[in-house]
Amino acid sequence: MTMAETYQTPDGRTIGGQVMEMKNITLRFGGVKAITDISFDIREGEIRAIIGPNGAGKSSMLNVMNGFYHPQEGEVWFHGKKRGPMKPHQIAKQGIARTFQNIALFSGMSTLDNIMTGRLTHMKTGILKQAMWWGPAEKEETENREVVEKVIDFLEIQSIRKTPVGRLPYGLQKRVELGRALAAEPKLLLLDEPMAGMNVEEKEDMSRFILDVNDEFGTTIALIEHDMGVVMDIADRVVVMDYGKKIGDGSPDEVRNNQDVIDAYLGVAHD
Amino acid sequence: MFYREAGDFKTTYADDSQTFPIKFDRYRYWAVLAFAFLVVPFIINDYWLNAVVLPFLIYSVAAIGLNILTGYCGQVSLGSGGFMAVGAYACYKFMTSFPGMDIFSVILLSGFVTAAVGILFGLPSLRIKGFYLAVATLAAQFFLVWLFNKVPWFYNYSASGQINAPERTVFGYAVTGAETHAWAVYLVALIFVVVLAVIARNLTRGSLGRKWMAIRDMDIAAEIIGVNPMTAKLSAFAISSFYVGVSGAMFFVLYLGAVEVGEAFGIGKSFIILFMVIIGGLGSIFGSFAGAAFMVLMPVLLKNVMVGQLGWATDLAAHFEFVIVGGLIIVFLILEPHGLAQLWRLAKEKLRLWPFPH
Amino acid sequence: MSAGFYYGTEVFLNGLMTGVLYSLVALGFVLIFKSSGIFNYAQGVMALFAALTLVGLQDGQVPFAHLINSIFGTQVHHFGWHLPALLAILLTAGVMVILAIVVERYILRHLVNQPDIILFMATIGLAYFMEGFGDLMWGSEIKKLDVGIPQGGNLWIEENTAFLGGDDFYGFYLDSLDIVAAVFAGLLVLSLVLFSQYTKTGRALRAVADDHQAALSVGISLRFIWVVVWSIAGFIALVAGIMWGSKSGVQFSLSLIALKALPVLMLGGFTSIPGAIVGGLIIGVGEKMFEFLIGAPFLGGATENWFAYMLALVFLVFRPQGLFGDKIIERV
Repeated sequence: MTMAETYQTPDGRTIGGQVMEMKNITLRFGGVKAITDISFDIREGEIRAIIGPNGAGKSSMLNVMNGFYHPQEGEVWFHGKKRGPMKPHQIAKQGIARTFQNIALFSGMSTLDNIMTGRLTHMKTGILKQAMWWGPAEKEETENREVVEKVIDFLEIQSIRKTPVGRLPYGLQKRVELGRALAAEPKLLLLDEPMAGMNVEEKEDMSRFILDVNDEFGTTIALIEHDMGVVMDIADRVVVMDYGKKIGDGSPDEVRNNQDVIDAYLGVAHD
Repeated sequence: MFYREAGDFKTTYADDSQTFPIKFDRYRYWAVLAFAFLVVPFIINDYWLNAVVLPFLIYSVAAIGLNILTGYCGQVSLGSGGFMAVGAYACYKFMTSFPGMDIFSVILLSGFVTAAVGILFGLPSLRIKGFYLAVATLAAQFFLVWLFNKVPWFYNYSASGQINAPERTVFGYAVTGAETHAWAVYLVALIFVVVLAVIARNLTRGSLGRKWMAIRDMDIAAEIIGVNPMTAKLSAFAISSFYVGVSGAMFFVLYLGAVEVGEAFGIGKSFIILFMVIIGGLGSIFGSFAGAAFMVLMPVLLKNVMVGQLGWATDLAAHFEFVIVGGLIIVFLILEPHGLAQLWRLAKEKLRLWPFPH
Repeated sequence: MSAGFYYGTEVFLNGLMTGVLYSLVALGFVLIFKSSGIFNYAQGVMALFAALTLVGLQDGQVPFAHLINSIFGTQVHHFGWHLPALLAILLTAGVMVILAIVVERYILRHLVNQPDIILFMATIGLAYFMEGFGDLMWGSEIKKLDVGIPQGGNLWIEENTAFLGGDDFYGFYLDSLDIVAAVFAGLLVLSLVLFSQYTKTGRALRAVADDHQAALSVGISLRFIWVVVWSIAGFIALVAGIMWGSKSGVQFSLSLIALKALPVLMLGGFTSIPGAIVGGLIIGVGEKMFEFLIGAPFLGGATENWFAYMLALVFLVFRPQGLFGDKIIERV
């Protein structure tokens, strides 16, 4: 696939160069192929969606992107460098944050503490200084708290700052989880079904937050979503997967008219 | 009325994240400290020191240590007795090898030795989780006790196999050995307890504490948001073992004076400390104190009532102690899995609104 | 062949028979763990309690005699009867069923849906409670347990194997009690496996082990299954209590056999029945052989206290899923 270095979106934003490139990724669990030879890229400032029917390998793809799974074949390039064998926490430090399909908040901690964990990759004070608290440790804590408070303001969750997350309703938990990922100020934000299980109103809220994140902070976003309407509305480009293979890639309009995609979603007569 | 947060405005984030956000709590905290340092030393005697105060202080340190590992980092350990033994024997070896070393340095160094041993036995936590790890820590318990029993170098080849604390003084007052001053021993223990508790509080409310809690609540998600599980778990093992080791060293030099490892630091000790943490409250520094107080006071109380008042045989009282402790553990787990600390928290929440609950 | 080789073989055989008992106790753990997700630390104390009850019933002790005498100033101690062993065993089995019902009614029922580790700690509490309760009920002095199992070296085996070695080898020394214990344990293990594979209750039990909610939805009573499982664990504890108690008297140390079964579980996996059996044998043989070959000559002996744990620990570091577990695939 050859493409110009930048492109323009219909609403007039300029999308930059490659942030991440997946080259010929194949992932197996034992004898089962979850992903077969998939390549695509994610560009600076865009909202990239990955869609496909259940079991298409979308979540596995996300897990490859943030290093939780290691593909048997293929390469992952991030900011122009090929990624070696790395642990997920090292990849997080490179600036990739994510949310999870089934909420993965730290249930024993408050909203504030949960979002503060998103800052952990930015906090460097040593154990001894932390033990003393005053001085550098307190200063660092305060600086990071300021970043977190901005995220809290942005997501409009000031009132639940000190509430244990276990007590929050589902929609708010999803929002806190997004907050935790945002607090890391990631270069690439991965969202695994950010709107799963939400009602229309909550979906609209979440869509707005995603667009605002992209717009205000310029964060590059890759997301998995089932709701076609939402995807077509907010994504700049869409990858379509089916049975672990890529069957379509392009702008929402291109994908919508792709015969393979229509077949995968509506079924096709085999003759 | 006095216990309120209305009108007590926080203008900085530092103010908002302090240990006692409510003014009344802060005053009470300073009052307790003042009482402990300025009043108690003048009224304490040998009976109160040895029956209640000293065991309470020493077990508090051990309970804080185990709470860091189990309550904050979620790694259940049944090896606390073994780690206390490491602290005690390290302390003994330092005292006999370097007679000039002061008691504070000796106890701290013993803590560091225990921390190193703790890291060693914490290594399996990188591969195994939950029950498997809990059982694995039993390996540490049995192996360490066996080691101190079988290798004569640890007890300086003494015929009895025991270790005895030589005399050490602080500013000319004996704190270990045969003739000690109750108030001096008390102050040494108190200084350790206060300093270590403050440090534990600072560590658990900062970024390290959040790493531990993230690992505890959901280790995979923690790793994906950038927590290195290895450093988080091993730091918890190291710091927890440091605390347990310090408490073991104090248990030996300040409290018992003479130790036989199987008797003083057997698996029963591991369980008592675990019970303190459960009853007191997992993931709470205050809970560690409450649990230690409870487990120290309850047997004394039972003994006073059953042996002293009712005139029963001591073994009968001992059996009742088992029944009551076991029963209480179950009751606490059923009614309030977060222990005394949670009850305290609820009481404070009620107090904050009193006398206008609606 | 040298005599040393035959002594080694003797140690091996003894280890194998100890191993069968470990397997049995481990099986008690596995059954409870599979059906209710509870790691039952009280298993060992249950064995102690069963043995105490058996002796008490057999000798006609008055329960809580010590307590009653302390409160009322009386002097009761025995009813003055002596029950036949079989009857006493049956009655004790009944007591273990009652215990299972009480545990389900007053503990498990209130702890449904709690984290595993809370349940585990509750069983530690149960262990403490039962230890104190057993002592209160029957007294804490060491008791002799005799249900008629032969004891001492088995002469028949000794005489018939003496020819194997040279002049300084007198045949294998194997305790008759160990042989009986191994046979019983083996039979029990076998019948438990058959029970869980081929009976209706057994199938329900496996269904519960797989998925609590799914089992509930097809009409299996969780509470009934829990009572069944804890009763079985009680029977296992009773058998283990009889074997160990006959050997070294009924006393507190009997409850420590549970601690011996823990490394077996780590080795075999908490959910695998074959794992418990094979793991028990490996550890039984392993600890005896280690003591014989390395522990006693070079390390000052008593390595049996920790060898099993270290073995399991080292093993787990390389294979965290245990002997028979599937490779763990972690999901997000």
